[in-house]
Amino acid sequence: MVELVDVINIGLFAATLRMATPITYGALGGIFSERAGIVNIGLEGMMLTGAFTGVVASQWSGNAWFGVLAAIAVGGLLGLLHGVITVGFAGNQVVSGTGINIFALGFTGYMSSVVWGSRGGSIGDVPGLPEVSIPFLKDIPIIGGIIGDHTPLVYLMIIITVVSYIVLFKTPLGLRIRAVGERPDAADTAGINVYRTKYLCVILSGMLAGLGGAFLSLGHLNLFAWGMTGGRGFIALAAMIFGKWMPFGALGASLMFGFADALQMRLQALSLLPPQIILTIPYILTVAILAGVVGRAIPPSNYKPYVKE
Amino acid sequence: MANLTEPERKTSLVRRLLRGFLGELKASVPKIVPQIIAILLAFAVGAITLWLTGYSPLEVYGAMLTGAFGDAFGIGQTLTQATPIIFTALAFLFANKCGLFNIGAEGQLLIGAFTAALVGISFSGLPFFIHIPLALAAGALGGAAWGFIPAVLKAQRGAHEVITTMMLSYVALYLTSYLVNYPFKAPGWVAQTVSIAPSAELPRILQPTQLSASIFIAVSLAFLTQYTLCRTTIGYEVRAIGFNPSAAESGGISIKKGIILALTISGAIAGLGGAGEVLGVQRRFVEGFSPGYGWDGLAVALVGGLNPFGILLASVLFGALRSGGMTMNRVMHVPLDIVSILQALVILFVAAPMLIRYLLKRGGIKWWNS
Amino acid sequence: MRSITKAFAGVVADDKIDLIVEKGEVHGLLGENGAGKTVLMNILYGLYKPDDGKILIDDKEVEIDSPRKALELGIGMVHQHFMVVPSLTVVENIVLGREPKKNRILLDTNKALKDVKDFCDRYKLEVDLKAPMHLLPVGVQQRVEILKALYRGANILILDEPTSVLTPQEAQELFKAVQALKQQGKTVIFISHKLREVLAICDRITVLRRGKVVGTVRANETNMDELAVMMVGREVRFRFDKEQQSNQKVVLRVENVETMGDRGLPALKNIGFDVRSGEILGIAGVEGNGQTELVEALAGLRKVTAGRILLSDIDITKISPRKRIQMGVSIVPEDRQKRGLILDFSVMENLMLGSHDSPPLAKSSVIINMEEASSYARRLIEEFSIKTPDKDTLAEHLSGGTQQRVVLAREFSRNPKLITASQPTRGLDVGATEYVRGKLVEMRNHGCAVLLISADLDEIWALSDRIAVIYEGRIVAVKDPEKTNESELGLLMAGGESD
Repeated sequence: MVELVDVINIGLFAATLRMATPITYGALGGIFSERAGIVNIGLEGMMLTGAFTGVVASQWSGNAWFGVLAAIAVGGLLGLLHGVITVGFAGNQVVSGTGINIFALGFTGYMSSVVWGSRGGSIGDVPGLPEVSIPFLKDIPIIGGIIGDHTPLVYLMIIITVVSYIVLFKTPLGLRIRAVGERPDAADTAGINVYRTKYLCVILSGMLAGLGGAFLSLGHLNLFAWGMTGGRGFIALAAMIFGKWMPFGALGASLMFGFADALQMRLQALSLLPPQIILTIPYILTVAILAGVVGRAIPPSNYKPYVKE
Repeated sequence: MANLTEPERKTSLVRRLLRGFLGELKASVPKIVPQIIAILLAFAVGAITLWLTGYSPLEVYGAMLTGAFGDAFGIGQTLTQATPIIFTALAFLFANKCGLFNIGAEGQLLIGAFTAALVGISFSGLPFFIHIPLALAAGALGGAAWGFIPAVLKAQRGAHEVITTMMLSYVALYLTSYLVNYPFKAPGWVAQTVSIAPSAELPRILQPTQLSASIFIAVSLAFLTQYTLCRTTIGYEVRAIGFNPSAAESGGISIKKGIILALTISGAIAGLGGAGEVLGVQRRFVEGFSPGYGWDGLAVALVGGLNPFGILLASVLFGALRSGGMTMNRVMHVPLDIVSILQALVILFVAAPMLIRYLLKRGGIKWWNS
Repeated sequence: MRSITKAFAGVVADDKIDLIVEKGEVHGLLGENGAGKTVLMNILYGLYKPDDGKILIDDKEVEIDSPRKALELGIGMVHQHFMVVPSLTVVENIVLGREPKKNRILLDTNKALKDVKDFCDRYKLEVDLKAPMHLLPVGVQQRVEILKALYRGANILILDEPTSVLTPQEAQELFKAVQALKQQGKTVIFISHKLREVLAICDRITVLRRGKVVGTVRANETNMDELAVMMVGREVRFRFDKEQQSNQKVVLRVENVETMGDRGLPALKNIGFDVRSGEILGIAGVEGNGQTELVEALAGLRKVTAGRILLSDIDITKISPRKRIQMGVSIVPEDRQKRGLILDFSVMENLMLGSHDSPPLAKSSVIINMEEASSYARRLIEEFSIKTPDKDTLAEHLSGGTQQRVVLAREFSRNPKLITASQPTRGLDVGATEYVRGKLVEMRNHGCAVLLISADLDEIWALSDRIAVIYEGRIVAVKDPEKTNESELGLLMAGGESD
């Protein structure tokens, strides 16, 4: 007999935090990009490529942290590509993002074959990120079990969320980013370099997405599987919208999606329903969220490409 | 026109259609240049990738070419692969004319394929001229339903269709997987349904290839799409909304109705493509039968210059990539993913219109310090 | 600035312009819409690069390739369309680009507030620094724009059509501020097409016409008529022939209508008025007092939360835009490029908009009858003298005046009962303006009811049979043009009471 406590327990909430992490990174990246006026549909592809690069670099160097750095770098490169197409060449942002996603899927599959001989995923041991126990956190009753033992990247997620908030709303840079996204012409006349700001933000979003991908592959599973992001990049966008383009809002929304993800995995393990049906839960939830967002979610920026005469 | 006899009137109509088609083609030639350059650039970058990973680009491309066009069988297979892509490309196109991005054509294709298969399996003893249209209609309806959901969400709640169509694609993937692995599974190891009734089969038109009558439906649909967009009020309203929703609204056009119509029709077209595959090629629903026709459609729509006739041409190119790719993979053991990479590169290069202008020395790009 | 030349897409906006401005003066740049004034100043501010010519400041040649550079040189600009970021506060908007920092990373809000307050005091410009921009009225936003330029150390201040969004009284406040700036040693370039103002405030005036300099004169050595001739090159018709009308029925009745605006605040509050057939009712008011929302409500694009709209005694309050068009409601929108036309459509397709799904243009309301549509288009092009190479030219390639003709052709040839024209001559040159006004009077003479909404008082004077003033979503007065004057209207427009 399956008891409720088999499903709803401390492990579930700890898993929620874990599953929320890549989504949060993606959502934060999305926030920076969109606040500067660039829609980044390519978060999925950047995350996937980050996951792949992280595993390859980790295996090659024997050090998981090196893998993480490599993932961030590659994510940033893809962000730069997106920036060049959308800012440099004033190209369509959705098309560019979709192109990056398709590219990532094909490229990681191709390189999987090249590196490991199989496009299904990594073969062999991959050094993963260590789990860390924070002594006094762990000892808090109940909550300690949830937040006490995690890969450093999980804690980093919370730190980066706070930093993102501070940067966006308490620094001149954040002010400029918001101005550039909302009224690039006003920012331009104020003497701000609009193009540079947009490039910066889109590269940053790629880096964050890459970091999220690295967590996905190195943070728990220590492997790469073809298409392992499974739409999380898109869910990150939904989290960003649901969180009204605010870092803490996105964190909250991501936790909710993380919960759905964690729940889905537990249900699968308990074989209560056919696996495919359970797998649809996060996606249906995303659609429901987008449908139910009260009022219309108004993005904070203007997405037209800014071209000076 | 009144003084012509029946057969003369028919030929005159065909001649006019042909002239119209060729006229469109000729008019599009100068506009095609950026797309051609994009394709060439994509293949160049692809060549570099191949070379860096130890394959010879010339051999690989050569194998693709001979596989795709080398003999009648190859050409037949190329056209077979091109057929579903025409559908998904037209689906993307139609939504795009309304300013919408339907990236869920893959999911709509799957749902349409399944519903068509269902109708094909569930009835027997029906004459083919009832069974086939019925199954096709089921496919279109299934796809339409899958397009209707994001359509309503967008019109009523402003939910971004890029995310909703993408999510529903995943749902479609898992849903059809469930259906074909459990309730509708045929005996045996393979995740597939039983065969459809012979009365539901679309005839093969080029033995021994898998090319079926589905391609006729596809080509007709291209003409129908162009006609709808240019000569009907629905097409007029869809395009008006796509170009300028404010002005369209002021002109009395209902934006909500337009959005719903556009995305639903878009889904229906993709669903029809899935139905065509099931009835003409597979003759059953097999899990994983689509190697990504939905994504091919997106690329083809863009490369085809968002024009039905360009789509027909571009789909042949991508169909060649798929069938030639299969040969290349079989003969040279190059991973099939190179096809996806080439596809994505084409999309990326086409996405940057000013890239072409820059290369042709007519514009400047915006770097850091612009 | 010497011999400045600038062309856009083959159209020469500025043609070898020489402009000399003396230090500490208020210099007026006068010309009609499209004469090249804004383009010239945008070059000075680094937003555009001149194709030819050079700029000298204090006799030293400079190259200005960005607003940043312009600011460094002490040039500041207040644009006609404000360059403000709506969601940021006043102080954030002002310090944007030159933010004071705390610990090198964080934004020092307190220092910013203090610094800006200093400027406010010095130049006597009062603003609530912590308020978010989008909640402020337009006159205050303009003050913020001026403060922004001053904060950046501007010594030369360019004001682009500053009074186009102000009431006559607010304009007076602005003139006082300009005098204060002059006293502090600043140089002001005042761009305008309004003769009266330029004469009142400027020391010297340069007149531009069609991209060329016509001449530079001292304000105290010239007068309005002379300037008008310089600006336009010929006599301008200011009055139109209006036939006497009899048997005028009420066509439009707006009763106690209320609507909400875009930001959750009411836009129309218990507004009511009538328009009769064969008359032009002019609604005067400063932009932002509910005019836009009124037009949208009449079109059926904005929900009416209370009250009724009656068209010839039929309640159309809940009727769709499409039906209203069929019932004879025509709208000439204030933003022709946004609401009036579809720029990517051809002239023919634009002329069809609104009639595209009914006979004779559509067979069985699904298929378009191309032959009918073509002949319809050709007929209208001829009737309205639309200057286009052919009916298939895309609307975006037409000039502003021609685009407006397309809108008029489309709306007027439907034989409407009611025409609502909102800012119909905005951005048009004198010739096009004359044409549009003439057409409105023509429709009035044919018995149509015309509702004219305009921020241009001259236009209201010239065309209206009756004048209503709108203020904060209400009609505050309805006057007979013969029995009122500009200062009374100005007072009403600003919310004051008349005797």
